[in-house]
Amino acid sequence: MTANYMEIRFAALSENESFARVAVAAFLAHLDLTVEEMEEIKTVVSEAVTNAIIHGYEQEPQQQVYISTSIEGDRIEIIVEDKGIGIANLDEARQPLFTTKPEMERSGMGFTIMENFMDAVEVTTGVGQGTRIRMIKKVSPNKIYSQG
Amino acid sequence: MSLHIDLSLKDHVLIVRLQGELDHHTSDELRRKVENLIDEKDITHIVMSLKDLNFMDSSGIGVILGRYKQISQKNGEMVVCSVNPMIRRLFELSGLFKILKYKESEQEALDMLGVA
Repeated sequence: MTANYMEIRFAALSENESFARVAVAAFLAHLDLTVEEMEEIKTVVSEAVTNAIIHGYEQEPQQQVYISTSIEGDRIEIIVEDKGIGIANLDEARQPLFTTKPEMERSGMGFTIMENFMDAVEVTTGVGQGTRIRMIKKVSPNKIYSQG
Repeated sequence: MSLHIDLSLKDHVLIVRLQGELDHHTSDELRRKVENLIDEKDITHIVMSLKDLNFMDSSGIGVILGRYKQISQKNGEMVVCSVNPMIRRLFELSGLFKILKYKESEQEALDMLGVA
């Protein structure tokens, strides 16, 4: 079975957060996902892209956010990546309600939501090396009917 | 789709009706519009009416929590009403329902706050 695949990159602007989640949803539209599964995917894309823009790039619009999405069998993989400042303390960042930017009214729930809505969340990061979030979601096999 | 913000005042209660999508981009806009209003006007309580809010992420949690803190400092209350199932999950996950009051409809929220 050949995996289906797409890749996009766009300016790190907050108005592109809605573009990012809609683009991923549109790519997955031919799968017979439930409304709930689709909403979960849109939410986690929004969380990861927002993190890249606010934390990775500290809102520098000349930077770029990368997303790739692939479908293989019953498995959807979404990667959101930035080339920004990286996360110094990943364990802390993944704690519910932890945020480095309380003055911006960040809730610190981004990673918690990603972990709750997806089956696996893997973060690769290093100070000055950017951040790559790889998320996997399994959908029930009989929902995948369009694979050739 | 972006966010449409409708603000109205009823007996010192600020009713915030949101329609569309509440993310980082639109939550900044919501904060700007509501933050000063709460400080400047004689507002005692807030009703967040979310019936037509189709999408929300953790940025929405942040801005709602921010206004909750603001009105709490004035000894006021925040009541949230008409939340769709997906947004309800986010509220539950973040523990917002432990501190915010919830009512099914805007009318029930206003009744609770003693607004005729």
